Formats: sequence, structure tokens, C-alpha cells
Amino acid sequence: MRSKLLIAAMLASATMGVGAVETIKVGVVAPLTGPQAHLGKDIENGARLAVDAINATNPSLGGKPVQFSLQAEDDQADPKTATVVAQKLVDEGAKGVVGHLNSGASIPASRIYSDNGIPQVSPASTAVAYTHQGFKTTFRLMANDSQQGKALGQYAVKLGKRVAVVDDRTAYGQGLIDEVVKAVKAAGGEVVGREYTTDKSTDFTAIMTSIKAKKPDVVVFGGMDPQAAPMVRQMRTLGMKTHFMGGDGMQSAEFLKLAGNSAEGAIGSSPGLPLEKMPGGADFTKRFGEKFGKVQIYAPFSHDAAVVLIQAMLRAGSAEPAQYLPELGKTQVDGVIGPIAFDDKGDLKDGPVTLYQVKDGKWQAVETIGGPPAK
Amino acid sequence: MTNFLPERIYRDPRIARVAFFALGALLLVLPFVVEAGMGRTWVRILDFAMLYVMLALGLNIVVGYAGLLDLGYVAFYAVGAYFYAILASPQFGIHLPWWALLPTGAGIACLFGVLLGAPTLRLRGDYLAIVTLGFGEIIRIFLNNLNAPVNVTNGPQGINMVDPVTIAGSALTKPMDLFGIQISGAHAHYYLFLALTLLVIFIAFRLQGSRIGRAWAAIREDEVAAEAMGINTRNIKLLAFAMGATFGGLGGGLFAAFQGFVSPESFTLMESIMILCMVVLGGMGHIPGVILGALLLTMLPELLRYIGPLQQELVGRVVVDPSDLRMLLFGVALVLVMLFRPQGLWPSPVRARELHPENPDEVRQEQEALYDAER
Amino acid sequence: MDVLLQQVLNGLILGSLYAMVALGYTMVYGILELINFAHGEIVMLGAMVAVTVLAVLAALGVPVPLALLSALAAAVAVCVSTGVLVERVAYRPLRNAPRLAPLITAIGVSIVLQNLAMIVWGRQYLSFPPVLDIQIYEVAGATVTNVQILIVAVAAVTMGGLLVLVRRTRLGRAMRATAQNREVAGLMGVDVNRVIAATFAVGSALAAVAGLLIAAYYGIAHYNMGFILGLKAFSAAVLGGIGNIPGALLGGLLLGVIESLGAGYIGDLTGGFLGSHYQDIFAFFILILVLVFRPSGLLGERVPDRA
Repeated sequence: MRSKLLIAAMLASATMGVGAVETIKVGVVAPLTGPQAHLGKDIENGARLAVDAINATNPSLGGKPVQFSLQAEDDQADPKTATVVAQKLVDEGAKGVVGHLNSGASIPASRIYSDNGIPQVSPASTAVAYTHQGFKTTFRLMANDSQQGKALGQYAVKLGKRVAVVDDRTAYGQGLIDEVVKAVKAAGGEVVGREYTTDKSTDFTAIMTSIKAKKPDVVVFGGMDPQAAPMVRQMRTLGMKTHFMGGDGMQSAEFLKLAGNSAEGAIGSSPGLPLEKMPGGADFTKRFGEKFGKVQIYAPFSHDAAVVLIQAMLRAGSAEPAQYLPELGKTQVDGVIGPIAFDDKGDLKDGPVTLYQVKDGKWQAVETIGGPPAK
Repeated sequence: MTNFLPERIYRDPRIARVAFFALGALLLVLPFVVEAGMGRTWVRILDFAMLYVMLALGLNIVVGYAGLLDLGYVAFYAVGAYFYAILASPQFGIHLPWWALLPTGAGIACLFGVLLGAPTLRLRGDYLAIVTLGFGEIIRIFLNNLNAPVNVTNGPQGINMVDPVTIAGSALTKPMDLFGIQISGAHAHYYLFLALTLLVIFIAFRLQGSRIGRAWAAIREDEVAAEAMGINTRNIKLLAFAMGATFGGLGGGLFAAFQGFVSPESFTLMESIMILCMVVLGGMGHIPGVILGALLLTMLPELLRYIGPLQQELVGRVVVDPSDLRMLLFGVALVLVMLFRPQGLWPSPVRARELHPENPDEVRQEQEALYDAER
Repeated sequence: MDVLLQQVLNGLILGSLYAMVALGYTMVYGILELINFAHGEIVMLGAMVAVTVLAVLAALGVPVPLALLSALAAAVAVCVSTGVLVERVAYRPLRNAPRLAPLITAIGVSIVLQNLAMIVWGRQYLSFPPVLDIQIYEVAGATVTNVQILIVAVAAVTMGGLLVLVRRTRLGRAMRATAQNREVAGLMGVDVNRVIAATFAVGSALAAVAGLLIAAYYGIAHYNMGFILGLKAFSAAVLGGIGNIPGALLGGLLLGVIESLGAGYIGDLTGGFLGSHYQDIFAFFILILVLVFRPSGLLGERVPDRA
């Protein structure tokens, strides 16, 4: 027994001798199982790439060498599970969190992080409410639904003054369309019809017939691709030749597959720049590709989220949340996704939104709205 | 059932008292033991488990005692949660105290129980099931859409920043110091939920043995005979609905306060079916069985988390996503239990004997004795 | 454009799909007094199998009519065997159990089928291969497509066939006898177990056809498409009078038209207070109203024809 203790003591002093490398834990949370597992993995891998790169530079905090470790947790895209894993990260001493993906998970979890003073940077949640709760610890790196809805609404009015909108009665769809409606009115357009569906519907003939009767120039849909695809198909079989637009929920390869020929000409928006236009895009794609394969959507954002968190710690010279939180708010970084700075709510300043259009069966970038002024 | 210990041990009041206090002490220290052993996350899971125990016991009154299949139970849970959230959040700027809201919320849910029950109780079992299912969906659809023309429920965005339960001026979600012991939010809620769960268990036990409880059992076994015995079946069934709904409403209020965020996606049909699974699996009509069912099914998803890595270890890749497996297991369990063990995992001794007489001779003797008495 | 006519047309097409699914509920209920919750999942299986087979055959360059027929045959085969298997394994042992037991089992079976489909096909939506060349016709200010006409035609033919089966054949007579009184039918020499299995087989075959039509119409198939569809079809069956075959037909068409007109006009009728977000409520509302006030449904008495 005694000899064991002795060995332990010797080992301890030996590591002390060379200067103990302190390990600082950063959490990353996303749905790692379930229907969005591939997106969750994307988030985890992006953050991992950032942490590995920073560790390779032998970072030090307040003169002491440190290493960062990433703890990945699975929130299953479920609000209840999100709070459980948030608690878990807090308990296990995470100093900052990258996550979550879904706004429905980020919002209830943010209360736990805030209560414990742990900064949270979401790479993907776009609901406006997330940063509007008055928490000092919540940040995000993606243009929110308000910024996206504004871009969609403005572009819609460029195509035609009479706009009809449909939302799928989810937090995402409704939030987006509310912003579209505001932007359309602000840009001098007219909302001629507002219809609703659900995120499980497949039959839209009734609402599309009503909309057709109102003779709109553009139909904007707030929802996901499984509804957007049959919707645009049914529009075309009803003989409607109006423009069809939607948010990032339908700006996907899945939409192209499901809508077939009817997808042609549809317009979809997505927060952020297209990967190939991001300042660090080409380099990132290469580095990410070597380790993890293809970038889905969120990897550059979660990469930058981890970078922003860790650089704030380095600038503050401390990994204690209370110490580095003020530094996080003052972030001025040129990230992969472009220049990063936060406004007083914790939202990305001037988050850009890019519009894409289906041409020859492919999404092609048409225009980027917003974003920081070009240097 | 065979007794492993001498008969007098079961009879001795002193030993019963000791056992009672031992159990009480165990429940009191449980969160600390759990935290030390498995981390604070599990304390949070324990909190949710107790919430579900309350809900399952409520549904058990309707399904287990009175034999009415209610597939829309989650509606009452939702009513309780939204009632609390609307009157204790920035939604309308109203912040009523929790001790007033929890009981009134339960009362409102009770009212909904009567409202639903009154017209539908004439229906036979399977029709009732379908109507309650429809009712549950209708409530959810209304909650999801009542943000216009007057914003009552804030629609799909849900209500955020719901006030936590506060005791002596300090919010239960924040860590506090009590006689030098650090009590986290999860711990504090554990004690609150424990107290209420014990209350619910107490009421459920008292109801079971009461005149009303026996009337429920009579209706469950044979409605016509029960009516012939002078039971006002309509009122008694209504009472079952009302009592079940009351517990559901209480659970809902606690959920809102604990989670701080309610949205319609927490109150789907699947939630109703999960609570039903707890009751059926544990043992319809048997309180300890239902508690067991609720605890098992809340822990199950957490345990399933380990299946992913396990597959990785054994087969080298994740063949079946553990979150995919959860619902499949529920479904299989429902079918198997109904086919092979309709009395549930931990049935009440009476029901078990009815369904599987341990000693057929005994039953025959009893029956003969009955015939004798009749003659 | 004639909006009203278009809405009625939309509703009739949707309604003929509901009607085909409602038939499966009504037949099983008529004979067993069991709400076969899993029936919607059988429709889903039909759609998934049909889309999968069709995609493979279309990729191989098989001529379209042949590919469609093979996809249909595969869907019918899978659905019928699943339906009969479910009856044999999950419902038959509980035939004399308390009423709650088979109902809970049916919910369990529904969950199991849904999740098995999810594990087999994944969570993505399958897309119906573009083998049908869609033609749009203008009729009196409304548009119809060839696919829609096909759906109504196929639905009419299958349902006509079913009526003939139930009213004119030996099996149909046995079904009607079993529905009226299982014990007596058994005493009269009807093999009750076989008749019940046959009922499930016929209902599942109809579900397979419905599955294929739905996938073709909407262009997509998904593991959880069956549940809501099943609920609505069940509401249609109740509306028409459960256990009654013409009733299911009528109920299906009516529900389709009500939903369509409801979603189209409720906003204007209520001055914007209610909108098309309440489209899914109509089915449940009708269900509750009918069950509470007229449980026998529109076509009333459920005596002679309830197969």
C-alpha cells in the first residue's frame, strides 16, 4: 500500500517537474444520433478540427502551457435531452460550449449555461429568441431567422410586388415567414395571402388553389424540403407559374431529389456565404477533407465557434468563464466564415445571407445579401 | 406468494416502521448518492423520472382503475404546462406565484377532463380511445396556432423564460447553500418533485381503497353489472377522467417551471403513448407497478445511449442508431406484454391471480364455496 | 379559374385515397370490432415497397407499364403477408381478451412497423421515380392531371371489385356471416379463422394499391406517412358508418371535400380568425361529432352489408 502511494507521489512530482500541462474542457453538443446525426457529426468534427489545430500550437494561459480537450455530447435534437446534457457538461467542468444545432434545443439549454455562467456559442441555431433572452452567455455565428427572412422578403419584392406566404407552423417556419412578411411590406410589396400547413402534410392542393386565386407573383414557403418538394410539384400541376422561394430548410440536395423537374427555377436562401466563397473556405475544405471527408453545412461555423471561444480564453489569460466572458463579447476575428464580431445581444454582426437558384438541376449562388462591407 | 422470512416479520408494526424510515432516509440521500456515483446529470434524469411517475399514476386512474383507454392524456399535461407558462412568464408580463399556479393549473386541467369526459363517456372503449386521441391532437393544434389574432400561446415558438419555483425568495433552478451543503437546482427539484410524487402516490392509494376506487374497479370489470349494483357509472367515470386530468395538469405545471420553456412539440401523441406504455408495462391498476414502469421507461433512453458505442465495439460500426431503437422497443414491449403478460411486469396480486391462477384448485374451491353460499 | 370547382376536385381526389384506406378499417372493424391501428402502416409499407421496386426497375430500363405492375405486385405481396402475419401473431391470440388488450396491441404493432420501416429505409424521404409523364388538362376552369384521373379510375375499379367480392362470392358471403355472428357462422361450417385472415388479406391488398397511388400522386414516401393518414381514413370510415363498405366510400370522399373546402374557405368565413392551420382539425372534429351524436355514421344501420 505504502509503496503504491510512494509511486503515485513520485509520478505526480515527475509530471509537475516538466510543468503540468493543464487540460481545459470545451463541450460540443449536437444531435449525434437520429435523423440529423450527419449534421451533428459535422458540428462535432468542425470543432474538433479547430481544437486540434490550436493544441498543435502549444498554447499557454497566463504563462502556463495548456491543452484543450473536446467533450462531445448528444442532445438528440430533443429539448428535454438538451437540458440533461447541458447539465452534464456543466457538472463535468466544461469551460465553454459549442452548440446546439436546433433552436428548440439551444433555448432550454441556454438557461442552464447561463445559470452556471458558461459561455455558449451556437454554430447553427437561427431562432431570433435564442439570443433575445437577456442571457450574457449566449452567442451565435449564423445569421438569424430575422436576417434571413429580411433577405428573402427583399428579394421576393424584386421578383414581383404580390407575394403569398405559407408556413409549416413550426418554430422555424413561422419565425421565418413573420420576418418575410415584415420585409415584404417594408420593401413596398403586398402580402396577398397567408396560408398554413404542417411539417407532416403532403397535400397542399387546397391551400395552393386559394393562393392561385389571389394571383401572386411569388410564393414564399417557410419549412423543410419534404414539404417544399411536393408543394412546388402541386403548384405546377395546378398550372401556377409563379416564383417559388424558401429558406435554408429547403435549400438542400434533398429538395432537388424530391421535387424533380418542378425544382427548376426555385430560389432558396441560406445563412452565411457559400463554402467556396468563404475567405477560409478552400483551405478549410482541404483540411477538413483530409480528416473527416465532406463538409455538410455547419462544420466551418462550429470550427469558428471553437476558435472564438478559445481565443477569448487566450486573450483573457484564463479559462475561467467569468474572466474570459467579457473578452468573448469583444471578439474581432477573421474566421473561416468571414470576419466575426458580436453585437450586444450576442448575434453575429452583419450576418450574410446567400440566395441560390435551381438551374439545370443544381443550386447555384445568385446573390449574397448583407454581410460586412468588403475590405 | 411465498414469504421468505418468518410470518411475524411482516406483521410486526415496529419492523414496518423501521422499513418505512429506512426507505425515507434512502429517498432523502438518493440524489447525493446518485450524484457521487453517476454525476449530476442522473439527478436531473431522476427529476424527470419522478415527473413521469406522477403522470403515469394519473393516467393509471383512468386506464388502470376505471378501464377507460385515454390516448389523449398529454392534452391535460399540456394544459397544465401552458397555464403555468402563460401566467408566470414575460408572455403577458404576468408573474403569479407558483404555489397559486400549480393547484389552479391542476384544477383547470381537471375542468378540461370533465369537459372532454362529459360528452364522450357514453362511448364504448375503443371509440373512447379514438375520441381522446382526437381531443389530444386538437388541443395541440390550438396551442400551436393561438398566436393570432390574439397572441395567447406564442404559437410554435413556445413560451420561454418561464418563472422557476422559488422558495424563500431564491429560485430553485439556481444553486444554493443550505447549512453549508451545496444544493444544485437538480437536487432542489428532486425534493420538490419527491414531495409531490409522494402526495400523488398517497392520493392514488387512498382512492384505490375508497368507495370510489371500488366503483371504478366494478365498472372496469363489468359496466352493466356495476350499474345494476346502483353505481352511477357516468359520474364515476367522469370522476376518473377528472382525477387523472388533475394529476396531468400538476405534472404539466411542474414541467413548465422546471424546464423554463414550453412549446407544442413537447406534447405530441407519442408522449401520450409513452405514458400509456409506462402504465401498461408496469402493471395496469397497480401503483408500485406503474411507478416501476415510469422509472424504467424514463431511464431506458439514457441506457440506450450506451448501445451505440457497444455496437462500435462489437461489430465495428453503428448498425442501428440507438435512438431509432427506443420506439421500436416500446412497440415490441406493448405487443409482448399484451400477449404474454397482460397484467404487466409487476402486477397487483389480485389481478395476477385472476389472470394466471397460481393454484387452480384454490380457485375452484373458492368458486364451490360461493355456490354453496348461494344455495 | 373556377376556385370552387378546383377545390371540390382536389377534395374528391384526396377523398378517393382516404376511401381506399378507410375500406381496410371498415372491413376489419366489421368482422372483429377491432380498430386496426396498424392499417395506416400497411399503406406506408405498400408505398415504400412500390417506390423501391419501381426505382430499381426504372434504373434497369424496364418499360414503364411493366415496371408499374411489378411494383404493384411486390407491394401487394408484402402488404398482404404483413397484414395476415400481424393478424395471426398479434390479434388472433387476443380475440377473446378484454377489449383494451387488442387495441393496445394494435398501437404497439403500428409503432413496430413504423420503426422497422425506418430502420430498413432510413429516415430520408424516398422519391417516386419520374416514370409518369404528367399531362395537365383544363376542364371548365379547373386543372386535372392524367395521374389524378388514373387515381380516381383505379380507386373506382378496386372498390367496385371489392363490392362484387363481398356481395357475390362465396368468400363474401362467409365474411358477411362472420361479421353478423362469429359463433353461429362457425357452427354453420364457415372456417372463421380463414375468413378473418382473408379479410385482412383483402384489406391489406387495398392498402398496397392505395400506397402506390399516394406515392405516385405526391411523389414521395416516408416511414411515418401512415399514421396521420390512417387516423384520417379511420375518421372517414366512422363518418360513413363503420363496418359499412359504401359508407367508407362515401365517408372518404366527403372527408376529402370537407378538408379541401375547409382549408380553402375557413379563413374567409371566419374573417381571418381561423385559417388553414386548422385543416387537420376537421377530421378529428367530425370524428368526435359523429361518435357522440350518431355513432352509426351516415349510412346508419350496420346490419346486412358490414363485411
